[in-house]
Amino acid sequence: MPLQPVKFYQTGTFTVGNRLLAPEERSVQANMQRTNSLNSGHRACQGCGEALGARYAIDAAMNASNRQLIAANATGCLEVFSTPYPETSWQIPWIHSLFGNTAAVATGIAAAIKIKKQKGQGGDVRVVAQGGDGGTTDIGFGCLSGMFERNDDVLYICYDNGGYMNTGVQRSSATPAAARTATTMPLGPEPGNPFGQGKFVPAIAMAHEIPYVATATVADLRDLEHKITKAMGMRGARYIHILVPCPLGWGTASQDTIHLARLAKETGIFPVFGAEYGELKTALAIRRQLPVEDYLRPQKRFAHLFGKSPAVATIARIQALADKNIRKYGLLDREGSR
Amino acid sequence: MDKPFAITLNPGSSLANHTGSWRTSRPVYVDRLPPCNAACPAGENIQGWLFHAESGDYEKAWRVLVENNPMPAIMGRVCYHPCETGCNRQHLDDAVGINSVERFLGDEAIKRGWKFDKPGRSSGKRVLVVGAGPSGLSAAYHLARLGHAVEIHEAGPLAGGMMRFGIPKYRLPREVLDAEVGRILELGVVLRLDTKVDNIAESMKAGKFDAAFLAVGAHIGKRAYIPAGDATKIIDAVSVLRSMEGEEKPLLGRRVVIYGGGNTAIDVARTAKRLGASESIIVYRRTREKMPAHDFEVEEALQEGVMMKWLSTIKQAGEGNITIEKMVLDDKGFPQSTGEFETLEADSVVLALGQDVDLSLLEGVPGLEINDGVVQVGDNMMTGSDGIFAGGDMVPSERTVTVGVGHGKKASYHIDAWLRGETYVAPPKAEIAGFERLNTWYYSEAPHTMRPMLNIIRRQSTFDEVLGGLDETNAQFEARRCLSCGNCFECDNCYGVCPDNAVIKLGPGKRFEFNYDYCKGCGMCVAECPCGAIKTVEEEI
Amino acid sequence: MLKQCEGSHAVAEAVALCRPEVICAYPISPQTHIVEGLGEMCKSGELHDCEFINVESEFAAMSVAIGSSATGARTYTATASQGLLFMVEAVYNASGLGLPIVMTVANRAIGAPINIWNDHSDSLSQRDCGWIQLFAETNQEALDLHIQAFKLAEELSLPVMVCMDGFILTHAYERVDMPTQAQVDAFLPPYEPRQVLDPAEPVSIGAMVGPEAFMEVRYLAHAKQMQALERIPQLAEEFKAVFGRDIGGLTHTYRGEGAETMVVAMGSVLGTIKDVVDEMRDAGHKIGVLGITSFRPFPLDAVGAALKNCKRFVVLEKSLAVGIGGIVATNVRMAVTGMGLKGYTVVAGLGGRAITKKSLYGLFEKAGRSELAPLTFLDLDWEVVNRQLERERQTRRSGPAAESMLRDLGTVASKIA
Ligand SMILES: Cc1ncc(C[n+]2csc(CCOP(=O)(O)OP(=O)(O)O)c2C)c(N)n1
Ligand code: SF4
Ligand SMILES: [Mg+2]
Repeated sequence: MPLQPVKFYQTGTFTVGNRLLAPEERSVQANMQRTNSLNSGHRACQGCGEALGARYAIDAAMNASNRQLIAANATGCLEVFSTPYPETSWQIPWIHSLFGNTAAVATGIAAAIKIKKQKGQGGDVRVVAQGGDGGTTDIGFGCLSGMFERNDDVLYICYDNGGYMNTGVQRSSATPAAARTATTMPLGPEPGNPFGQGKFVPAIAMAHEIPYVATATVADLRDLEHKITKAMGMRGARYIHILVPCPLGWGTASQDTIHLARLAKETGIFPVFGAEYGELKTALAIRRQLPVEDYLRPQKRFAHLFGKSPAVATIARIQALADKNIRKYGLLDREGSR
Repeated sequence: MDKPFAITLNPGSSLANHTGSWRTSRPVYVDRLPPCNAACPAGENIQGWLFHAESGDYEKAWRVLVENNPMPAIMGRVCYHPCETGCNRQHLDDAVGINSVERFLGDEAIKRGWKFDKPGRSSGKRVLVVGAGPSGLSAAYHLARLGHAVEIHEAGPLAGGMMRFGIPKYRLPREVLDAEVGRILELGVVLRLDTKVDNIAESMKAGKFDAAFLAVGAHIGKRAYIPAGDATKIIDAVSVLRSMEGEEKPLLGRRVVIYGGGNTAIDVARTAKRLGASESIIVYRRTREKMPAHDFEVEEALQEGVMMKWLSTIKQAGEGNITIEKMVLDDKGFPQSTGEFETLEADSVVLALGQDVDLSLLEGVPGLEINDGVVQVGDNMMTGSDGIFAGGDMVPSERTVTVGVGHGKKASYHIDAWLRGETYVAPPKAEIAGFERLNTWYYSEAPHTMRPMLNIIRRQSTFDEVLGGLDETNAQFEARRCLSCGNCFECDNCYGVCPDNAVIKLGPGKRFEFNYDYCKGCGMCVAECPCGAIKTVEEEI
Repeated sequence: MLKQCEGSHAVAEAVALCRPEVICAYPISPQTHIVEGLGEMCKSGELHDCEFINVESEFAAMSVAIGSSATGARTYTATASQGLLFMVEAVYNASGLGLPIVMTVANRAIGAPINIWNDHSDSLSQRDCGWIQLFAETNQEALDLHIQAFKLAEELSLPVMVCMDGFILTHAYERVDMPTQAQVDAFLPPYEPRQVLDPAEPVSIGAMVGPEAFMEVRYLAHAKQMQALERIPQLAEEFKAVFGRDIGGLTHTYRGEGAETMVVAMGSVLGTIKDVVDEMRDAGHKIGVLGITSFRPFPLDAVGAALKNCKRFVVLEKSLAVGIGGIVATNVRMAVTGMGLKGYTVVAGLGGRAITKKSLYGLFEKAGRSELAPLTFLDLDWEVVNRQLERERQTRRSGPAAESMLRDLGTVASKIA
């Protein structure tokens, strides 16, 4: 079931909604009755991509589950900015346990739901787990892999902002090469985060051959909602990895959050795709290809690559990474995309 | 639930935290001026009527359109659409085919018999409009809508002015013209044909008019001195086109030379072809690039077999032939003689060198100022004589139907105010929604729709309309190509992209509102608004 | 129903009778037989409406338990030693969130050096984690305490650890009286959660709490344990009414009448101690025993009352607070503050070291003579220790101590599991 592009020539599926679309063709976010699962009053930074991505994802999951949803949340910005006593922004049943155990907590929730249902004491409630890249690809990776491997009925959503933002922007295994973080300073012979390190968890998730793995960004809402909806229509372990720019950690202007996510996708540095049972099924084609430089330049975490004597060789290495993604995931291949 | 203290919290509690206090700048919804609107000589709210066409409410679209211009079916055929030249979409793929949608709406209105809203309360004032051309008709329409009693005095036998006597049928079928003129008259406008105003002051007095709008056009073909033998037929373009409306078609012969480079020259050349000329040759002293005629018209003429002699002037007309001299352009772009001559066979020479205004009706009117053969008017379109306003080709301006329509509208507003002893002040113009204001990512790729063209054989032999119209689906497609520059079109982007849910969606047609209690001022809505309808305003801190 | 079975099996059966809904576990000796038993029962359908999850770590086990308990399912897990330490962060979290999980800890030493045998270091390392900790003396008690644990946990919304000595109890075949399902059902009502993740009534569980309320939250955790102090003896009474057995409670005194010396201990070693005390009573020693069942909450009053009439007490514990001495002893001393009693700490049985009657006899006699050092390591091989200390004094690179000592003992080839 690929995402059907709307045959509507003004904005297609690019905008959030459109007054002229049939209601069923509009996004969840366009709906006046959307759940605003993550409500106003949260303390995320101005222009936080994670806050946006979380509402996009959870509202879509709420919609897909008929509002029968429970979420488990890892420690990190999302948790801290959403639930400082005495105020929570969550409108859904939500639990925060620890930094590294979210997938397992979700497994427990799913197990409880299963039994309650089996006993006729509960309905068909669905479970999502969510966390930052650190909570997912690093400290929570063991639990995540375990949940995958057991094919527990959990949709895990990773909000990837490329670092440990909540603790002050340290490196995670999802921090991109060359990026400056508080623990990969732009110093020494290889400034910033070293090349050849880090891991791309969506690919590792695919290796678990779980029913569904997808990546998304906050710049492609329709694609994101489609993937959440698709995932919610399936059972077993599912994983969606969403790129969420972080103005604070990336050193970018608060209004540029979506724009940067779009650049990440359009340069190919962040491949947007979907996979089922370990097989790549769809890739969201690059629409207007751009060089990685366009993506890197507005970000202060890459500032050391520019300036007086630009690090041409380093930029070329990053371009090579993007080119590899383009080849590997067929990002310029319009056929079969979407 | 007896919830554990502090660790377990109730939903909705974060609403107590008004994050709006973080803000240093705030987003504000605005309506900017779309470049098409800004470029329209008739002041049409193009984006405004396209908006309704996009949803398929063509009648609403038409009604919004005719608030400014009562003749969309005509405009959709003869306007040179500066709106499209200004359209932001050209920087994406091609400009929106505004003109073709306008024509569709105009034709739809004729087909469905849509009528103008009846004028409101009568003002008791009488206004004389002299000339039933585009400018006069436009003024009559607007004045009538403003409640004034309007009488048009037209010297000719039919209404339309240049739209009838200057524009060939194959560009503007007469049924269309008649339908749109008729609809204006239905507002109660009195049209007196064959009524030439010889003296404006007398006519006003006789008819007890409180004000007058003069729009007599420019119907006198300019002549150039060409030494010629008696046998050579030299006629002016205006006469040729005018006689096309009569019983007797002009006799131009098999080989027709047209002298001039404007749209009229093209019109005559194409008319000659249709009348059976085997050769229809335009002689023009400069190059194609310098030609004032619109490129698409030149192109269409060439397709129909009209020939062009660039860089040529007619030196002499003999019996059955003319002598032309080759020219070169100097470094300033002016043609200069070369002394090289050439002979062309020609049964007739049509001069299409521009037109002059017949100003005889103004004789004796005090205070009038006439320069370069045209009447000078103020910003309010009033001549030097109190209560006498003028517009169209008889005042200094670009001579197009659309400019004329615009003059008619503008003059009406001023006449209306003047009649009440007031001064009309146009509402301030909003800032233009330039291309840089748009976030074009959000618009789908959509190349513009080509209008169907009549086949070439019929174009060369009949006066059938050359350019076809759009049908419903492609008119709507074309309308939906509109980027809605500077004006909210309810795409829900701001509502979606706000990380703080600080945008309130008010429902269909009602747009959005900011909830400044929670808006942190991140600016994402501003950046992601496709059409530039949100601006950032610094907070006073 | 009386039956002869392995301790682990008895516990597994008792847990099954409690109708758990989610069981998650990760294997570690000596806990394995318990969860194997439960796994088998789930697979066979004997234990129905229960999800058995083989997790990837103890951290995950406790985390799964947190999730399922918060969703209103009666949840059980079991671990020991390294496993308990591996889940520590989640252990604290479970109690912080007030989730009534029941966990068996099959007590085992903590490495390095890795050691699979019994002592109490694992549970006692978690003495401040906010869980209730109940120590079983026998397999019967282990079995029964689990049934009480669920009731206690769910009433108070607090997790409960049932601690039973690894191998000594878990792997011992003993005769137990296995209750019927009807009895358990009569005692233990279905789980009625205090807070639950439910779309019908959404809440956010696990908020971040700052200085403005954290102290209060922590105090409330303490207050809950104080409630448990009252509830535990009542539950024992209620249990007795249904099952006819005197099990649980806070403490148990044995032959305390007129005792001048009281031996305080927890777990299975109480059995050996009681045997020695019987012998010594026969020999005229005024000695008695105080068994502590509830280590958390620590029954200060009950311990104080049990000891107030003796002259001295010996705390024999299978744990060591390195750098100070006893763990249980420190707690006991607090209970007798101001009573002017002499207290001795005896660290015994670490890593499965046998606690023999003979050694205990000698130890208690010495205590009776007030000749015992304040801190004693029972049956410590001083020769080995001193040799190693000497070696370390002389050579910088003296090598791994444990191996060196084993070499000294000539048992380097002996099995190290
Ligand atoms: C066990 C543990 N280790 C470290 C931390 C400190 N910590 C809290 S949030 C965080 C970073 C979170 O990073 P990520 O998961 O990427 O989420 P983000 O804040 O970037 O959204 C860290 C290191 C912790 N809470 N728990
Ligand atoms: S630090 Fe980054 S991820 Fe965290 S709240 Fe701020 S913008 Fe969001
Ligand atoms: Mg992160």
